[in-house]
Amino acid sequence: MPKATSDAKLLIQSLGKAYAATPTNLKIIDLYVVFAVATALIQVVYMGIVGSFPFNSFLSGVLSCIGTAVLAVCLRIQVNKDNKEFKDLPPERAFADFVLCNLVLHLVIMNFLG
Amino acid sequence: MAEPESSTAAAGGSRLRNAFGGVLCAFTLLLIGVLAFSIRLFSVIKYESVIHEFDPYFNFRVTQFLSKNGIYEFWNWFDDRTWYPLGRVIGGTVYPGLTLTAGTIWWLLNSLNIPLSVETVCVFTAPIFSANASWATYLLTKEAKGTGAGLMAAAILAMVPSYISRSVAGSYDNEAVAIFALIFTFYLYVKTLNTGSLFYATLNALSYFYMVCSWGGYTFIINLIPIHVLLCIVTGRYSSRLYIAYAPLVILGTLLAALVPVVGFNAVMTSEHFASFLVFIILHVVALVYYIKGLLTPRLFKVAMTLVITVGLTYASKYIPIIASVSEHQPPTWPSYFMDINVLAFLIPAGIISCFLPLSDASSFVVLYLVTAVYFSGVMVRLMLVLAPAACILSGIALSEAFDVLTRSVKYQLSKLFDDSPAASGDSSAESSSASTTSTNSAKNETRSEKTEAPKEKPSKKNRKKEKEVAESVPVKPKKEKKLLVLPMEASVLGILLLIVLGGFYVVHCVWAAAEAYSAPSIVLTSRSRDGLHVFDDFREAYAWLSHNTDVDDKVASWWDYGYQTTAMANRTVIVDNNTWNNTHIATVGTAMSSPEKAAWEIFNSLDVKYVLVVFGGLVGYPSDDINKFLWMVRIGGGVFPHIKEPDYLRDGNYRVDAQGTPTMLNCLMYKLCYYRFVETDGKGFDRVRGYEIGKKHFKLTHFEEVFTTHHWMVRIYKLKPQKNRVRGKLKKLKSGSKASSTNAAGRKKNPWQ
Repeated sequence: MPKATSDAKLLIQSLGKAYAATPTNLKIIDLYVVFAVATALIQVVYMGIVGSFPFNSFLSGVLSCIGTAVLAVCLRIQVNKDNKEFKDLPPERAFADFVLCNLVLHLVIMNFLG
Repeated sequence: MAEPESSTAAAGGSRLRNAFGGVLCAFTLLLIGVLAFSIRLFSVIKYESVIHEFDPYFNFRVTQFLSKNGIYEFWNWFDDRTWYPLGRVIGGTVYPGLTLTAGTIWWLLNSLNIPLSVETVCVFTAPIFSANASWATYLLTKEAKGTGAGLMAAAILAMVPSYISRSVAGSYDNEAVAIFALIFTFYLYVKTLNTGSLFYATLNALSYFYMVCSWGGYTFIINLIPIHVLLCIVTGRYSSRLYIAYAPLVILGTLLAALVPVVGFNAVMTSEHFASFLVFIILHVVALVYYIKGLLTPRLFKVAMTLVITVGLTYASKYIPIIASVSEHQPPTWPSYFMDINVLAFLIPAGIISCFLPLSDASSFVVLYLVTAVYFSGVMVRLMLVLAPAACILSGIALSEAFDVLTRSVKYQLSKLFDDSPAASGDSSAESSSASTTSTNSAKNETRSEKTEAPKEKPSKKNRKKEKEVAESVPVKPKKEKKLLVLPMEASVLGILLLIVLGGFYVVHCVWAAAEAYSAPSIVLTSRSRDGLHVFDDFREAYAWLSHNTDVDDKVASWWDYGYQTTAMANRTVIVDNNTWNNTHIATVGTAMSSPEKAAWEIFNSLDVKYVLVVFGGLVGYPSDDINKFLWMVRIGGGVFPHIKEPDYLRDGNYRVDAQGTPTMLNCLMYKLCYYRFVETDGKGFDRVRGYEIGKKHFKLTHFEEVFTTHHWMVRIYKLKPQKNRVRGKLKKLKSGSKASSTNAAGRKKNPWQ
């Protein structure tokens, strides 16, 4: 048992050390993703307590949060310098795509909100 | 057929040749579009520019409404002219993609001052979209296998009979635009997968939205793409591009699908869509695992693998009932495969093999698409339409690869020939050595693929024989190694000739299918006999009579097959139509048709019906008439109203209307309306569809009167007689009086339109 806990401790420590090395802009995106996911979770919990009556409102709220998080993850993948697949993609282009995708997403959500 | 090849060859060369290849490619695509459009015009040339069959009439009517009243009215449209007295909410129960597309085209043309009627636009929507579909096929195949294969696949798709059957000019149905949307969505998915660009992911979601708008078959996409993602994950091909291609599609696609009224909350509530969410979760787990693996070396990897495997297994066990629930419909027969995809069926295996040679994400997607489509088409004949594009893409790849190998070897041999003649002695040693290397190389390939012996010594003779065999079985060839294989001159020329002959057979079959098998509009019928061509235009005659001679608000009862046509062409209210959403209502009409006259009159009168329309083919031998459909009316009616019993209409289990027919049969309304005064035509009452004389020849109608019969007696329209004023005590007398008057009327009134 103590061995397993020490293993886990080591794991978490090395994870934290590795994460500390990521650039600041990526950390900001990570924070954004965590915030969006947390908002989605709050809405799900609220739905569990109060009920899902205006179902389209609940759906658009949760999907808006998850969608934002997913798009931010996509952006993070694209602007990450370590990622070899997107070397020739300039970060400006990636950000423009991200904005466009978000625009479409939130237009749809505004339509769906009812 | 050779054009695509020249363009691929050109594309490989210098910049000038590249530009030339681009222009040639564009020109070829234009020609393919023209071909796809014009091969579907046989129905217009042979008949005329009309909407076909039943469902397209409904779509046409919806489009008319849309172009007249605008989009907002269309969403809120409550149609009170069908399913009287219930009505139907049209805006919320149709897939609006097709009508919106045609409405937009019409509006665009009109604002450009090109005054086309809505009907013309509707007739030509399907051919236009099949041209679009062949271009989309080009794009998809190009992503998977390059330009040459793309052009080949586009040319094949432009004339594949399976697709022609649903998209000839005039068959204005959902599938016409949906197949384009399907292929284009797949193209954008593969494009996103290849580039990893969020821009294409957005376009992909929008294209998926168009597909959801236009056809219920969109569930195929939302199941196939998750399967492909899962396949990529399981085979260890996960990449961040896969994440970008899939995750935004699920979120945006689900939201967009929920916007379409007919789908609505089904997009998150029904089991067809669960697979995509499950794979969405799996993808996130895998992405997280890969991310952590990138941060941290091998420690967590084992844990991650076990996790993925367990989740994948639960997915598979969940997924199977979804497939099982689809398999309700009729499976197709082998001849229908041959009829609909013809020689493509033999080219597909070669295409699969060449897809595996360098297996990329795109080509694995194409193979997966084919496999699932084959499965679904085997389950249900309607889904043959989904198989056709996959078959076209793979045979395009196969043909293109085969041509590639053959033309390259011809080119090589030719250049060797030309090199030979000027410098005979000097280069001979080098040349022979190169030839020997190539031959040993090809020998190696042969041995590797066919597992025979004789690897080193004297390969030439044996080789040649073997290669000829290979050339005979043409489609198997493209699986050979690409760079090194050089076939002898005569074998490759023979192979090219054989391939061209094969293509020729395919083209001939397609044109035949387009011209003869799939072009009949079924609203105008023709028959060829010794004294020339006969045209039966009775349906439109009857509908025109209805629209000119009856009141606007009159209700017309008929079997549901003719509901859409009556509302669209005669603009009269009908009781039931092809939407068949309310079984009880249909059963009521079926019961009325199979009841005796008085009971039927009461049912119809309670539904406010003024006219009854029956379709009768006994005079001209039109087999799909109401007498042949009658048993279905009895069954459906009896299913809801148990006093209608099917055995009452059958004599010893046989359905017949001649002298041996049961009295219930010979007294029911359908029999009477169809055969009323039929004996006057030839004196015997000989029914040409059933092939015998009818059972009850001379009878009078008491509660209905004949108002119109078309030229060939194919449509007969009757009017319900009004109720008599009842005077107490004189009831009996009146009844007999009414009978007398009806006989008088029938006797006096000869059908003036005969």
